[in-house]
Amino acid sequence: MRNIWIIAKREFDHYFISPIAYVVAFMILLTIGIIFAINIYFFIQNALQSFGQVPDISPITGAFGFLLVLSIPAITMRLISDEARMGTLELLLTAPIRDFELVAGKWLGGFLFILTIVAVTLVYPLILNSLVSPGIDQQLVMSSYLGVILVAAAFLALGVGISAVFTNQVAAFFVTLSTFIFLWWLIGFPAQVLQGSASEIFRYLDMKTHFYDALNVGSIKLADLVYFFSLIALGLFVGTTAIETRRWR
Amino acid sequence: MIQVNGLTKDYGARRAIDNLTFDAEQGEIVGFLGPNGAGKTTTMRILTGYMPPTDGTATVAGYDVVEESLEVRKRVGYLPETVPLYNDMTALEYLKFMASLRRIPDAEERAYETLEGVNLRDRADSYIGTFSKGMRQRVGLAQALIHRPEVLILDEPTIGLDPQQVVEMRNVIREIGKDRTVLLSTHILSEAQQICDRVLIINKGKIVTEDTPENLQSRLVGSQRVVLRVRGDSDGLTNKITKVKGVRTVESKSDGSVEFEFGAGEDARPQVAKAVVQAGYELLEMRPVGLSLEEIFLELTRENSADKKAA
Repeated sequence: MRNIWIIAKREFDHYFISPIAYVVAFMILLTIGIIFAINIYFFIQNALQSFGQVPDISPITGAFGFLLVLSIPAITMRLISDEARMGTLELLLTAPIRDFELVAGKWLGGFLFILTIVAVTLVYPLILNSLVSPGIDQQLVMSSYLGVILVAAAFLALGVGISAVFTNQVAAFFVTLSTFIFLWWLIGFPAQVLQGSASEIFRYLDMKTHFYDALNVGSIKLADLVYFFSLIALGLFVGTTAIETRRWR
Repeated sequence: MIQVNGLTKDYGARRAIDNLTFDAEQGEIVGFLGPNGAGKTTTMRILTGYMPPTDGTATVAGYDVVEESLEVRKRVGYLPETVPLYNDMTALEYLKFMASLRRIPDAEERAYETLEGVNLRDRADSYIGTFSKGMRQRVGLAQALIHRPEVLILDEPTIGLDPQQVVEMRNVIREIGKDRTVLLSTHILSEAQQICDRVLIINKGKIVTEDTPENLQSRLVGSQRVVLRVRGDSDGLTNKITKVKGVRTVESKSDGSVEFEFGAGEDARPQVAKAVVQAGYELLEMRPVGLSLEEIFLELTRENSADKKAA
């Protein structure tokens, strides 16, 4: 465990001197800020016309989930591929740490960085809460944020896994992005077209449904949690296997 | 300390190292000498636990490199050929990171100590990205030394350094080699001669020969070459030298010097000097010509092909 933490800490520190990380953080925070402002604007307009609906946090967390599809590939692309390119992978693979600890450490470093961005956006539910009486739905805030965190964790794990397969960052970026687009959008179509159990399987694989139709509307179910944890395990497994394969090549 | 038995590694269809067997004792500096692509790096990568061999076994500090890889890695310090550094870290941060991965209790203190050892204490807070090649090499060495390993494996430790840095690096290695096992690779024969207790010559994945540096030259080539220079004209000098007993070949060079060769064990230099002076020449210089690795290899391959013909 300690090795995972040491790797994670170095990775986390690295984000704060990396321009890509700042661009990603800026993009996410700006977009969410704009969405929040628009939300509040319509809320006030509607409230003046006295048929207003009580605002909630789901538009913000919903947009966040979508933004993660675009931004996480940029965060994960270099995690392992860049170590391979710079030759520092040789250093880590001859240090007394297990391959899994390296992959998990890289994942945790990225996860902590995303958590930092998520933490900044907590200011919006706080603002909303102070605007609305007797306050917004706390449970919905919790489940929506849990959703964002799980989507981020699963994407990061897949990104780390893909980054371990490639030595080229750009290749890692595009393969990661394609994988996310597939999981987030494309996989929904077979679910609609097919019938019966095949449709059920694709529906279960569709990440959007686990987020938008469940966690982001306040429902925390075991099936959704299992889905996200399975993806995290899959990503870390792919990463560890890719590194082991590198050794044998 | 290092025991290698029948080590073989294939990269697809290409055999990088073929049935290597050698060992290295504690307090011994062993040099791995060979051209690029000979299999030096591959062997070192296997010994450091970076990759498993296709066949054969190797133990380092008593642990098997495949079965007990983590134990081996704890006891080995490794400087790869491409020095693995993070340019965005200061020298101190980098060494602290490595020290913590190696579970050293007081990482910061040890990092400072190690930097002191490679003469970089005053640059501890500079970013590695701003370092010169020589400084980078020293940070890399510090990384390999930070946990005071029993075995040190250095892949081309002096490559790309300026002459002053080469001397410093060799001194550091010699110091370390007093009580620890050092395996280093090089393709410079004089370097192997200066710092190694024993040299393994490796070519095309096989150990061609193994000996002390002193024995190597005479054993391999069986002759020694000397350059001689006199004041003024050296006309007629070759004739004089050819007559000296023991001299095998004499060649006059375009720069006016004369190069002659004699068999190992029959040092013809005193007689040659006498003959030159008696003939009325003013002797200015007489020095042995170091044999380059290329020449030794030519010699070895010639031997190999001759063996094949004989067989």
